[in-house]
Amino acid sequence: MRLNGEPLFDLSAGVWPAVHRRRIGYIFQEGRLFPHLSVAGNLDYGARLAPKEARRSDRDRIIEMLGIGPLLTRRPGTLSGGEKQRVAIGRALLSAPRLLLADEPLASLDEARKAEILPLFEQLRDEFDLPILYVSHAPAEVARLATSVVVMREGRVAGCGPVADVLSDPAIAAVMGVREAGALVIGRVLDHAADGLMSVTISGGTLHLPGIAARQGALLRIRIEAQDVMLALKPPEAISSLNVLPAVVEALHEGQGPGCLVRLRVGEDALLSRITRRSADALKLTPGTACHTVVKSVSVAPQDIG
Amino acid sequence: MSILGPEEWAAVLLSLRVAFWATLASLPLAVLVAYVLARKDFPGKQILNALVHLPLILPPVVTGYLLLLAFGSRGFFGEPLAALGIVFAFRWTGAALAAAIMAFPLIVRAIRLSFEAVDPKLEQAAGTLGASPLRVFATITLPMALPGVLAGAVLAFAKAMGEFGATITFVSNIPGETQTLPTAIYAFLQVPGGDASALRLVMIAIAIAFAALILSEALARRLTARAGAS
Repeated sequence: MRLNGEPLFDLSAGVWPAVHRRRIGYIFQEGRLFPHLSVAGNLDYGARLAPKEARRSDRDRIIEMLGIGPLLTRRPGTLSGGEKQRVAIGRALLSAPRLLLADEPLASLDEARKAEILPLFEQLRDEFDLPILYVSHAPAEVARLATSVVVMREGRVAGCGPVADVLSDPAIAAVMGVREAGALVIGRVLDHAADGLMSVTISGGTLHLPGIAARQGALLRIRIEAQDVMLALKPPEAISSLNVLPAVVEALHEGQGPGCLVRLRVGEDALLSRITRRSADALKLTPGTACHTVVKSVSVAPQDIG
Repeated sequence: MSILGPEEWAAVLLSLRVAFWATLASLPLAVLVAYVLARKDFPGKQILNALVHLPLILPPVVTGYLLLLAFGSRGFFGEPLAALGIVFAFRWTGAALAAAIMAFPLIVRAIRLSFEAVDPKLEQAAGTLGASPLRVFATITLPMALPGVLAGAVLAFAKAMGEFGATITFVSNIPGETQTLPTAIYAFLQVPGGDASALRLVMIAIAIAFAALILSEALARRLTARAGAS
């Protein structure tokens, strides 16, 4: 196993460094701050132990980004879950690791706290020159954060590749759980309309979505859950959904239940649709069938431009 | 200072000196043994555990006699140490040694419990931040267990103040040299008219024991409060 060209572990060459020499920053699910040290003491714990040449000079910037400046003199016992996790991120970052390992860092937080911490990981990904290995059970987190994905099932690799490919693979989606299965496409903001909607172009057409604060031309990550995609053989008329895109069926994946995951080609992107097997039979869907997708709702996140 | 006679004063001061050195000298070894018992698994762990607790179970007079055999002027350790000018038998240092050994199980128990209360996950976290095992111990484990270590030391001090059986067997009961608080009480009770002196010393012994227990409880509470807030 190599990292930036340097061997991290190599059993044949006897490279198996002790934990404290690995320089892998670890963000745990439950923070694990040292209760007898202040927030500042926690942040500086690893920073002081980093090799001199690797020490980070951007402590202030990291504290600013994480919004933990006002907490520096507090004890971990007085912090909320979200605050603890932000301090834990800062502590790992300031130890100047070669790799950041985040082990379900949001799993013990409520939805509001998750929404507060997730963008920080986007910032880490985009603004720091640091590989991040992010372990998660939540496809929505993966869709927002990942560039490459390795799917594990019972300790074995079930699939890996660029995030959009992996998330739109029906066989892998079945492993991750069909309820949360969803494809990821990259779109570009076209314009904002007066009624609050914005238009986003993707390779296969234009989507009309509730507007978010993103300037024209910005790239967005758009996650479309399989259960929010309906299929029609003819262009549907007089329906409430604004987003109808032409598509071609690429593959069908039947599970054990009555459901069926359909992989669709929309322009250059792949979408997933979760329908019943009965519908798939009624529509006589086979690879190559031309159809129309009706997208009910999407979730959007900014995409790293770079 | 008129409350206590010179002999009584000598006994109280000697007891304090004996207890102080007994506690101070046994503390580092107790921390080491407690850590090993709390965190390590190795063959013979139960034997070490039993050995540490032996003075708690053995009749103190047996411990005192064994000390006399080992550290007497002809003893296995006593003879070579005497050649170096270090003598325990019938000296106040011997009283300190006896007190240290008798208090050792108590201090190890208290420290071991406080080490066990430190979450190993925090030690792992420190490791990922680049801290070597020794540094983890010095900066995480020991500071977090400190209230428990202090509580153990307080208990050991009080126990050392009151040690009787092993002390009197090992170093006898020489006023001004080896006559500690409890052996002095015993001696006063043996002579006619000594009751008043004995009673005064009894009050002092009770006060010291009481203060030690309260202090040790307060420190233990601080430890639990801390461990709960990671």
